[in-house]
Amino acid sequence: MSTEARAGHFPAVDWEGGAFPYRVGHRKLGMWLFIVSDSLTFSALLMGYSYLRASNVWPTPFPFYPSIVFSSVMTFCLLSSSLTMVFGVSASSKGDKAKARKWILATIFFGVAFIVLHLIEWQHLIHEGMRPFFLPEHWVKVFTTTDGVPPSPLFGATFFAITGLHMFHVATGAIYLAVVAARVNKLKHEDVEISGLYWHFVDLVWMFVFPLIYIMSVDVGGQLAK
Amino acid sequence: MTEHAHVEEHFAGTNKLFISIWGWLVALTLVEIFLAYKPMPIHLMLIVLLGLSIIKAALIIAYFMHLKFERVSLILTIIPMLVVCIMLLFVFFPDSFRSAGLRYKFKEQPAVAPAQVEEQ
Repeated sequence: MSTEARAGHFPAVDWEGGAFPYRVGHRKLGMWLFIVSDSLTFSALLMGYSYLRASNVWPTPFPFYPSIVFSSVMTFCLLSSSLTMVFGVSASSKGDKAKARKWILATIFFGVAFIVLHLIEWQHLIHEGMRPFFLPEHWVKVFTTTDGVPPSPLFGATFFAITGLHMFHVATGAIYLAVVAARVNKLKHEDVEISGLYWHFVDLVWMFVFPLIYIMSVDVGGQLAK
Repeated sequence: MTEHAHVEEHFAGTNKLFISIWGWLVALTLVEIFLAYKPMPIHLMLIVLLGLSIIKAALIIAYFMHLKFERVSLILTIIPMLVVCIMLLFVFFPDSFRSAGLRYKFKEQPAVAPAQVEEQ
């Protein structure tokens, strides 16, 4: 007798294995495991950033406009996209596929808006002269300590690596959701829910990237403007 | 597989609940932006911001990702190991603080600890 058939007769009890030990399908469990491993990837990157920041003189160059205004609107976009995704999954659970598709398309819209805003924000910084391994000269002048210690040029490396990897996740998520929206009539509800899990995870990562990268690097005294 | 079908269609939580969670997330984000312009020691700032982020992450995981409505065994399998693994990454920080002292000779903050100087 196959495991599946046995599980039908004797429903699996927690911790005893069987077909549905967690009462979730194997795809959903797989997505949860992927999310756990991916959150360790981002944790390691954020730890690397914190390590560098704690062992160096670190610049805090972000002005209110454009950096903080843009990143706040981007945060709002991602949070709203999570809400529309929940509505999509909720509609899908009720079997309303057309409504689910509309909400998923709204989610993609917010996701693409996030990417566009983020690229404009990147462009501002690149235009200022920020590079992965160099700081703009006027930043170096302003943030050099009174002891003559210059700020770490790795500011750009951590910024572009972490926000870039996150942006890549948003982009793949938007493509994933587009596929789900296109095939929503053929997919089971659980598959829609799994795509939602991935999208919420992307939102969740931004909840750590935004304060650690943006809020902690605000040019509070307006030193660069002087 | 009637049980399987039951699992697939189960999705708890009302739209009203999800909107209120979204409202909380937006409000906490606004608090973070407000805090960015409050002059305070960087350690305190870090603790407050991380605290807020963890609350926001918990809200997203519990309600949007629906983990609150899953089996306890799934929660116990995923969350504690993740927290422990992330905690383990903190072992690097003593080295981080040490290397700052090695790399730069700050005038205000000598590379050699004051206690050691007295011993010599």
